[in-house]
Amino acid sequence: MRKNLAKNIIKRLSAFLAGAVILGCSTLTAQAEEKYTYCYDYWGEVQDSPDAYEVVGVYTSADLGLDKPISTTATGLTVIGNDIYLCDTGNNRIIQLSRVDREDFEVVNIFDSFKGDVEVTTFNKPQDFQINEDGNIFIADTDNNRVLKLDSEWNYLMEFNKPTDNTLDEALVFQPTKLAVDSAGRVYCIATGINKGMIKYEADGTFSGFVGATPVVYNLWDYIWKRFFSTAAQREKQASFVPTEYSNLYMDHDGFIYACSSNLAEEDLKSGSAKAVRRLNLMGSDILIQNGEFPVYGDIYMGSGGGYTGCSKIVDVTAFDNDSYVLLDKERGRLFVYDSQGRMLFAFGGKGNMDGYFSKDQPISLDHMGYDLIALDSISKTITVFTPTDYGKLVFQAMDQFDAGFYEESGETWQAVMDLNGNYDLAYIGVGRALLRQERYKEALEYFELKFDDDNYSKAFKQYRKQWIEEHILVIFIVAFAVLIVPMIIGRLGKIKREIDTADIFKF
Amino acid sequence: MLTSARIEAFKRYWKSFKFAFYCATHPMDGYWDLTHEKRGTYAAANTILILTILSRIMKLQFTSFVVDPVYWEDINIFLYIASIIFPLLIWVVGNWALTTLFDGKGKLGQVYMASCYCLLPYPLIQFPLILLSNVVTKEEMQFHTVLSAVSLIWVLVWIVFAMGQIHEYSFGKNILFTVASLFAMLVIVFILLLFFSMISQGVAYFISFGKEFLFRVS
Repeated sequence: MRKNLAKNIIKRLSAFLAGAVILGCSTLTAQAEEKYTYCYDYWGEVQDSPDAYEVVGVYTSADLGLDKPISTTATGLTVIGNDIYLCDTGNNRIIQLSRVDREDFEVVNIFDSFKGDVEVTTFNKPQDFQINEDGNIFIADTDNNRVLKLDSEWNYLMEFNKPTDNTLDEALVFQPTKLAVDSAGRVYCIATGINKGMIKYEADGTFSGFVGATPVVYNLWDYIWKRFFSTAAQREKQASFVPTEYSNLYMDHDGFIYACSSNLAEEDLKSGSAKAVRRLNLMGSDILIQNGEFPVYGDIYMGSGGGYTGCSKIVDVTAFDNDSYVLLDKERGRLFVYDSQGRMLFAFGGKGNMDGYFSKDQPISLDHMGYDLIALDSISKTITVFTPTDYGKLVFQAMDQFDAGFYEESGETWQAVMDLNGNYDLAYIGVGRALLRQERYKEALEYFELKFDDDNYSKAFKQYRKQWIEEHILVIFIVAFAVLIVPMIIGRLGKIKREIDTADIFKF
Repeated sequence: MLTSARIEAFKRYWKSFKFAFYCATHPMDGYWDLTHEKRGTYAAANTILILTILSRIMKLQFTSFVVDPVYWEDINIFLYIASIIFPLLIWVVGNWALTTLFDGKGKLGQVYMASCYCLLPYPLIQFPLILLSNVVTKEEMQFHTVLSAVSLIWVLVWIVFAMGQIHEYSFGKNILFTVASLFAMLVIVFILLLFFSMISQGVAYFISFGKEFLFRVS
């Protein structure tokens, strides 16, 4: 009887233990899962991060109340105020959606034609849509080979056609794909097969040149091989050294154009000879600040695995009002958020069918509404709306406070960010920079040293060193006196003594 | 017990150690006397080698991150120590093996001693540099970089001079055999690699043979 009882207890205990082990294992595997949001530390190690953005909703065509689904070739999504203009390319129409509250959209209008005295008043595969400050509408009407300019009532004003330029192939069909329009009504557009940069039109429609072409990338060996060792026939077959085409444009609130390229080679990105994103000024030169530890090209790991290969393919970019910007990577279905200095704030997303993930090769267009991000996925025919979490809001708030000159508050906000994410380099550097501005150099030094920020460390150290010398000038003087002057005096006295000792007048 | 013999030995050691400083400023004269006048000792040579290793390790820990950020996860202290000792030993063996066939007067031990004596400028400059690194900003880092390069070049050039003196070579012959010694080092490394991979293959063969045997038997 007693033996039985003991057996029973052992049985129960082992069952309990087995259960505990299974439970423990399941929590372990849960931890090993890939996090949705991450960032990089100084060494390029992936550091898991709390989610900075969360999905408000994923809206299918039916959710939005559209009569027919968004076409699979839809490529353009533009946010103007509270409205989203969606270029439903395959259905030859433009859909105007309005965000009535945080989670609800309603269709305001569906435009498939416009009014005006022109032969074709319908769209043919429109790919981009912009409204400039005057309220004029610009549409890249791709297969009608024109960029349309309409007034706010959708009346035809004018159109921009194929530029008359000797360097352009006569046979080339002009297919404008993406647009940017500045406040003066100048139109910058990119078109299929034109790799000389952006086509720039004056407000009156005259073509005024190509701006912002990417520098041509080739290596010396390829050049020598092609130039000296190839026959004319071989040369014909080889890849020609031409600038890469841009895949998308975005004009930020300062009037600078972000241009991204998605068809770059891994090694060119790594060597820095090609750039995934440029911020172009009016002269067409790149003014993107790259002060981060890593260049701005999305993921820094480019190997294959996890369903993707090679480098990030940046298909769209959008910039917030605080000069932070977001890149959309179609290879990985990820969004990369950078601050104005080109340091990655966080990256999130992935490929899959869950909310906040994208179809293969198909998040295609991105824009922002405040700090909310809106992305179009035309395979699943959905619009995904992301909004910053409390964590994401804190990060943006801390940067905004710093830019506005509220250093102390910024430091406190970064501290709050650090409390949520202790692996976040930028939080430490943020706190350090706030301390630096408050002239608390010694404390600032500790934060910079923790996260290897040598630039800011040097700035703080320079001040700290100056302060230290000013405070200890007396000690430094005394030590210098003791080390240099005292031995000199002793030597001098010794010499005098010797001279006296050996002087002739004392010799008798 | 401090016998007078011990004190004498220490005095001799200390004198030979101080002689390294003379060598650091008078390479021709110094390295000639090192072997021909027997003014160097192995104890002093070992001391200098240990100082060199010590300075390199302390550099890791105490140099400011502005100059040299260290990724501690990747540091293997034994590999780090070996990164000095191993090239030094290969150099010594390679150089001696070659020069002994071509009228080199230096013995294996003398080559080792002279090479170690040549290392002195490294700790001599690197120790103060550790202190300096902690009081410079990023803009002033150039001083550090230049001085650090000076310490390395100093050591390398001095080794070449030293070999010329202990082997009693003319300048041209000395340069020729320095280059030849570098090739000898490559050959040694190659043979070592070959040897290790052969041995591991052989061991693996017998292990798998034994496994198979046990499998069949049981």
